[in-house]
Amino acid sequence: MSLELILFILLAAVAAVSGILMITRSNPIIAALFLILNFGSLAGLYLLLNAQFIAVVQVIVYAGAIMVLFLFVIMLLKPEHENLVSKIIGIKTFSFVIAALVFIQLAYLIFFSHPGSSLKPETAASVNAGTVETIGRELYTNYILPFEAAGFLLLAATIGAVVLAKKKFL
Amino acid sequence: MPIPIEYFLVLSAFMFFTGVAGVLTRRNAIVVFMSVELMLNSANLTLVAFSSYIGSPVGQLFVFFVMTVAAAEAAVGLAIIIALFRNKLTMNIDEINILKW
Repeated sequence: MSLELILFILLAAVAAVSGILMITRSNPIIAALFLILNFGSLAGLYLLLNAQFIAVVQVIVYAGAIMVLFLFVIMLLKPEHENLVSKIIGIKTFSFVIAALVFIQLAYLIFFSHPGSSLKPETAASVNAGTVETIGRELYTNYILPFEAAGFLLLAATIGAVVLAKKKFL
Repeated sequence: MPIPIEYFLVLSAFMFFTGVAGVLTRRNAIVVFMSVELMLNSANLTLVAFSSYIGSPVGQLFVFFVMTVAAAEAAVGLAIIIALFRNKLTMNIDEINILKW
């Protein structure tokens, strides 16, 4: 068993278990903290896939900025604890079955289509693809228009968030 | 890379399943939102895995844009939740039903 596989199993177990714990906690703050743990282990998985830039952005943007926003809103609004075993247990079981069907379908597709058989991974190309240099060059040459559009999207989101949270509507 | 790409894809599918189950079963609007983030992240994991195994940076660029959209979505969504909480004093999505016909 190689070190890579051991690291993968460790990080994947943390990601899966923290995801499950996140949707089963009644306290939203604890759920948010488990989501941060999930994002941290995902950053580790990205490093395992030689995607250094994305791993760093994952920690800074997701585990940092977005989750701080979530925690801030949770603490600002102080939501009550949710009663997870409520009287609509039938609907919950049904939706869980739907979600499980989606998972079984995806797993079936993955194991019976064998996407790995047509891929010949090269470590050198993979390492090169994940560096800041390569991604930055692509971003500022071939993908400059989507990059600018993303900037406008963030501007629109900032203005929209300020307007929505400020005004009294409805 | 000795790890088969199927392992990453199954982990991603499992995280997507967790996110779907969270969206469908939870009633707190913020937790529903966090489950959506979990689903976005599982898609990101698939993109990065394929990008890395093919050796092309395009998948990682796509993840970059997905993260931008997720950040915008989180900001606007949380602002909507704050505005709703101000008017109805609840975060239970069963009680927020003024758009329901």
